[in-house]
Amino acid sequence: MTNILTPDTPAPDFTLPVTPDQTITLSELKGRPVILAFYPADWSPVCGDQMALYNEILPEFHKHHAELLGISVDGAWCHAAFAKDRKLHFPLLADFEPKGAVSKLYGAYHEAGFSERALFVIDKEGVIRWSYCSPVGVNPGADGILEALEKLTSEGTHAA
Amino acid sequence: MRLKVEVSPQDHIQGPETAKVTLVEYGDYECPHCAHAHPVVKRLQQHFGDSLRFVFRNFPLNEMHPLAEPAAEAAEFAGTHGKFWEMHDGIFEHQSRLSVEYLSALAKKNGMDPQALADALSSGAFEERVKQDFMGGVRSGVNGTPTFFINGQRHDAPPEYDILAEAIEASKQG
Repeated sequence: MTNILTPDTPAPDFTLPVTPDQTITLSELKGRPVILAFYPADWSPVCGDQMALYNEILPEFHKHHAELLGISVDGAWCHAAFAKDRKLHFPLLADFEPKGAVSKLYGAYHEAGFSERALFVIDKEGVIRWSYCSPVGVNPGADGILEALEKLTSEGTHAA
Repeated sequence: MRLKVEVSPQDHIQGPETAKVTLVEYGDYECPHCAHAHPVVKRLQQHFGDSLRFVFRNFPLNEMHPLAEPAAEAAEFAGTHGKFWEMHDGIFEHQSRLSVEYLSALAKKNGMDPQALADALSSGAFEERVKQDFMGGVRSGVNGTPTFFINGQRHDAPPEYDILAEAIEASKQG
């Protein structure tokens, strides 16, 4: 496994296609927490795969006003077909050209040519506050993300 | 990963409290892998007898399986009539027939009022209960269906009979 970026690192900014003709820029989401979920590929052949699980838990993420972004090296057309098939309600970004560039920025690129299962929770100032890399074959679930978001929310309340 | 929500009287439980091993399943009534695991669990129960306690909790993946939620709520409805396992078995044994009509027929077959079930489904009477199971599962690291926990420890190997039996045996000895 590679060494992913660790907490307290400013999240490197990026712009990636989210549909064949639209892009998302990370820094434009400042002001609310962002969850980056790098994953190896669309179309993994199991029920309840990682993205499907996050799709179910999306309302919990939204309670913390967090934005979830899935990222893999699949192209925008592939993402569009996958998102439609799985009825995903969050954006999938295409780290497709140059291949894996953003995954590499986050230390989340597997030398075999795809993104690692790496998770990052970024606070509203754009700083990574939690990160986790799971073996490629193991779906990391969502408990770590929820704990990190809860911590951010409670810190925010105390600071205010 | 460890189970974060302890087994309690709120749960649907088969087998004695004194059993050496507790097997908890998080499942989805429309998931084909869960239907596949259903007879596996039956065989395990037969094999281990009173040394195995089995608990089923809901983990419906609703975006993918539109009938998972009504099926889970119907099983909970049946639970309030002491017929949880009849509904549970009836759904998994004929998963290909799963529909709201089938749930209604199953309720009737087991002596429950289909209209009361329809009312419970439309009012969402058991929605909160199912949601509680689901969120407890998320907190325990459930990452797909079915997910099994053996004495609180997540079973990450495939949920096949030989593999589960071996893991349960090890837990029983340990």
